[in-house]
Amino acid sequence: MSGASPVSRWRGPARLVAKRTGLALVTLVLVSAVIFTISGLLPGDAAQEVLGQGATPEQIAALRHEMGLDRPAVVRYFEWLRGIAIGDPGQSLVANKPVADIISERLPNTLILAGLTTLFSVPIAFLVGIASAVTRGQATDRALNIMTLAMVALPEFLVATIAVLVFSVKLLWLPSITIVPQDPTLGEFLRAYAMPVMVLGVGVIAQLGRMIRAAIIAELDRPYVEMARLKGVSPRRLIFRHVLPNAVGPIVNSMALSLSYLFGGAIIVETIFSYPGLASLMVNAVTSRDMPLLQACAMLFCATYLLLVLIADTVAILANPRLRQG
Amino acid sequence: MEAQHVDVRNLCVTVRRPDGSPLRIVDDVSFSIARGEVLALIGESGSGKTTIALSLMGYARIGASISGDITVGDATLDGTGKATLAAQRGHRITYVAQSAAAAFNPSRRVIEQVIEPALIHRTATAAEARAHAVTLFEALALPNPATIGSRYPHELSGGQLQRLMAAMALITRPDLVIFDEPTTALDVTTQVEVLQAFRKVVREQGATGVYVSHDLAVVAQMADQILVLNRGTVREQNAVRAVLETPADDYTKTLLAAARPVIKAAAPIAAVGKPLLSIEGINAGYGSVDRNGRAAHPVLTDVSLQIGRGAAVGVIGESGSGKSTVARVVAGLLVPTAGTVSLDGQPLAASLKGRTREELRRIQIVFQNADVALNPAHSVGEILGRVLRFYHCTSGAALTSRVAELLDLIKLPAAIADRRCDELSGGQKQRVNLARALAAQPDVILCDEVTSALDTVVREAILELLAELRRDLGVAYLFISHDIATVKALCDEIVVLYKGTRVESGLRDTYAAPPFHPYTDLLISSVPELRTDWLSGVGSQGKVPFAHLPESADLCRFLPRCPVAIAGRCDVSLPPLRTMAAGNAVLCHRTEAELAGEFA
Amino acid sequence: MNVASIIRGARRLPLSGKIGLALVIFWIIVAVIGPFIAPYPPGSFANEEVFAGSSRQFWLGSDFLGRDVLSRLLSGARFTVGLSVVAVAIAASIGTGFALTAAVGPRWVDELLSRAMDTLISIPSKIFALVLVAAFGSSLVLLTLIIAITYVPGNFRIARSLAVGLARLDYVEVARARGEGRLHLALVEVLPNMIKPLFADIGLRFVFIVLLLSGLSFLGLGLQPPDADLGSLVRENTSGLAEGALAIIAPAAAIASLTVGVNLLIDAATQGKAH
Repeated sequence: MSGASPVSRWRGPARLVAKRTGLALVTLVLVSAVIFTISGLLPGDAAQEVLGQGATPEQIAALRHEMGLDRPAVVRYFEWLRGIAIGDPGQSLVANKPVADIISERLPNTLILAGLTTLFSVPIAFLVGIASAVTRGQATDRALNIMTLAMVALPEFLVATIAVLVFSVKLLWLPSITIVPQDPTLGEFLRAYAMPVMVLGVGVIAQLGRMIRAAIIAELDRPYVEMARLKGVSPRRLIFRHVLPNAVGPIVNSMALSLSYLFGGAIIVETIFSYPGLASLMVNAVTSRDMPLLQACAMLFCATYLLLVLIADTVAILANPRLRQG
Repeated sequence: MEAQHVDVRNLCVTVRRPDGSPLRIVDDVSFSIARGEVLALIGESGSGKTTIALSLMGYARIGASISGDITVGDATLDGTGKATLAAQRGHRITYVAQSAAAAFNPSRRVIEQVIEPALIHRTATAAEARAHAVTLFEALALPNPATIGSRYPHELSGGQLQRLMAAMALITRPDLVIFDEPTTALDVTTQVEVLQAFRKVVREQGATGVYVSHDLAVVAQMADQILVLNRGTVREQNAVRAVLETPADDYTKTLLAAARPVIKAAAPIAAVGKPLLSIEGINAGYGSVDRNGRAAHPVLTDVSLQIGRGAAVGVIGESGSGKSTVARVVAGLLVPTAGTVSLDGQPLAASLKGRTREELRRIQIVFQNADVALNPAHSVGEILGRVLRFYHCTSGAALTSRVAELLDLIKLPAAIADRRCDELSGGQKQRVNLARALAAQPDVILCDEVTSALDTVVREAILELLAELRRDLGVAYLFISHDIATVKALCDEIVVLYKGTRVESGLRDTYAAPPFHPYTDLLISSVPELRTDWLSGVGSQGKVPFAHLPESADLCRFLPRCPVAIAGRCDVSLPPLRTMAAGNAVLCHRTEAELAGEFA
Repeated sequence: MNVASIIRGARRLPLSGKIGLALVIFWIIVAVIGPFIAPYPPGSFANEEVFAGSSRQFWLGSDFLGRDVLSRLLSGARFTVGLSVVAVAIAASIGTGFALTAAVGPRWVDELLSRAMDTLISIPSKIFALVLVAAFGSSLVLLTLIIAITYVPGNFRIARSLAVGLARLDYVEVARARGEGRLHLALVEVLPNMIKPLFADIGLRFVFIVLLLSGLSFLGLGLQPPDADLGSLVRENTSGLAEGALAIIAPAAAIASLTVGVNLLIDAATQGKAH
């Protein structure tokens, strides 16, 4: 309440945020259990994979013992979880290198791709969302609606195929495979990333744009908006001073959702453009049944998603006066 | 004759039906208002009164189009005058909405929203506007006028928000203020304060007013002229006293008759042996139950009442009184933390699971909002048929004829059995709701605010129906409402609840004159009467000695609002239950003589 | 909802909806009769020229081995549409079934199910599918089940929020006060009022499922040879990307026309409620 000391004013939201963080951590642990269980259910066996078809049962049993695979599942799970927590998720079965090394080679690449795509798509998505919401029902809105509807439904490999066709084959502007030279100039850098970012961005812009439109329209239908109109508030002031502050919660949540969509899209895009990122690493891990690597990659993606959702929830809490006061 | 301030000629508002054809919701309406006068727009839902009020600002909701001549001062609808009406919105013509809680932006402080019109239309600087706002808050009798503005809307009560909205409408010193049913959503005891505040500031400002309402008694206090509307057309326009005392139009006469509900006399059935339904010592609430057996959010404390066979007992209370919770406990939908419910002397299991189908059949519940009380996916016949099949195992031809009988009982045509529920009107839906309860052939029907969402005329009809059903079928009612006039019209016995405690109970006639409980007195005197001088006669609430004390479960609940509390007794112990000479029971420290004398 | 009202509803659709409906109907027909009207058996090496363009004999040209693209497309479409329909049916049945149970059952059931589904939803769907494929492989049946399971949590979330909102309404309380059992409440009172918004969600899930299946096949993790769905066709012909061969564009465009068509149809059909 007004007049309370600064420290106690933050106690309410701080408690809410702490609760959410705790919940996120618990969920992360549960997710790890799910992933470990699923990937541990395979009928085949890591030892078998390494030795191949011709191995004798004794050789397999010996290797299994050496790899620690004959210990009970629960023990193995906690070993693995501890490893993940301290940053050492074990050894890759295929590459014979520590998983942590392999991931740290590729992680920056995916981060760059994700970061660039976010920078590119989020502002455009806001433009699209606000423009549609404000011109609701009219030609602009209907046109944008059809466009985003189509964009959301397009498979990434179609967009990539067409982009490569247009920009690489016909126009010869951009390379069809993303190779970033050492110490690139800004121009070279942008040219290399242009297509993957565009292809990934198409989906994000469409999805986020639609969700922003929905969030704003949901607010526009509320009675306080009509009251503001009857006070003579101009449309611009209405959107920016009245509606957007209330729509922050749903919008930020939509952003978290759309950015998590990036992971899925990155899988296809990194493969098509032969981009050495985390997503294509994960695909390789699946193909080669490299379980430790697969588990670590999956955990990384899930943790990132949970972190995004947590940030979104925190922002939503701080933006809502009711929750701010605890 | 000098030009009127507001002049409306041939106003029509048209919307498009789902199939594309146009529908006139306001048809050729003309009226005028002199400067400084207040005109009331009276009508039921669908009469077009809000639409007309909004058109005075040149505002039409999505899909509607306005045509006609509207002039307010020097502004006209289409701008052929010096300005358009739309440009005056929020500046010279302002609006007070029905639900203040919904009309305020939940993320911004109240003071910012109140001074916003002054800032947008540049009628004052921010500092001037803030100072003016505080003066308005004082004039509107708001608590802590200097600091109330820094709160957020969710921290304030409905009555306070409504007055803040009035301040927001007056901040630009407008010429015309439109009030759209501003007190409909408020408790009747809050309504009085708000009406007094409104009337005072509007008179001081010298503004012209338009007051939209369906409540003739409220309008009688606020308006100089009344315009009676029905389905978008004007039925009558005249000065207030003329309309109230000598109405010319038939529709107006119907409205007036409905505003004074007649007591549906029913011979009180002599109590034979044990009462049919008995509730004793009920404590109930929501949330987890602690060691002492108290719920985290207690609602009812030590509530008891009896209903005899074929009797009608009314439960009166305002929001927060727990009256609906009584019905839910009786029906088994909410398990009480203490107390018993007995049917014919046999205690009933506290929850649905423990009760037999027969026991469930004998007590039926009817809810307030017929829109959500009937499943929109089913037809009327399916709904009634299900109940018959469930309790009586009726089927086939017997089922069809019984459904027809039920529809006849509630005075609806048999063909309606094939219609889906969302195709019916509000009154029809409520009748079907009743029929569903009757289909079970119950002994008691729990009516939870069944008439509160209905228009006055339809309400009258439903009360008539309820009285008739009671006479013909001998069914008993537990009738819950916030409106004492409705309850008096139907029930022989009335119980008054305040914040979950039973403060008074007695036969209907004992409520005609003191002695009452102080809350009952406040309730009765807050109900507006159909005469223009009622509001001035009410006066303010008077000194309340213990207004500063918080509510406590160990003392009388009414203490913070009671004008006759005794220091040293009321703030120390729970009040006893006293029986008055007339037979009513009152929960109060004051003696009968004091209660009779104080309120004489 | 009888046939007459469905046809009336279809007529009232805006242009975008009619296009969507046409596309959906087209693909349903193709899925059913596709292999019977293919000009060449899908596996035969009909054309000597690889990556040929469109011609009278080969409407969509030939692929990287010289096989007729049109024929392979017609049989591939059957896999894509058929598998997706089955998967969405499974996902929706399980998801909605759980949702109804959560809505009318005791609170602890709701808590348990919601926590479980919240955990699963925290795993991005493509990642979840990859892990499952890595663990179980991708035979036809397994693939269908994996894809279905991936989308159960999403469907559950929507269905549960609908069901819980409906279960709070007075008419459900009245039925409960009557003494009706949980099964009646779920199937007779709540479900009929959920059907319309649920169909919209099911349509969207269908689109996601088609995209997921195609994506997996494109990565080589979906349908295994000799079976080939539209995604596999794209994968086979990636070498034709640099030439802009019809063999890679045709299946990709086919997938897009199916998903966009469904989206357009659903958006148009829910217009009335949304705005």
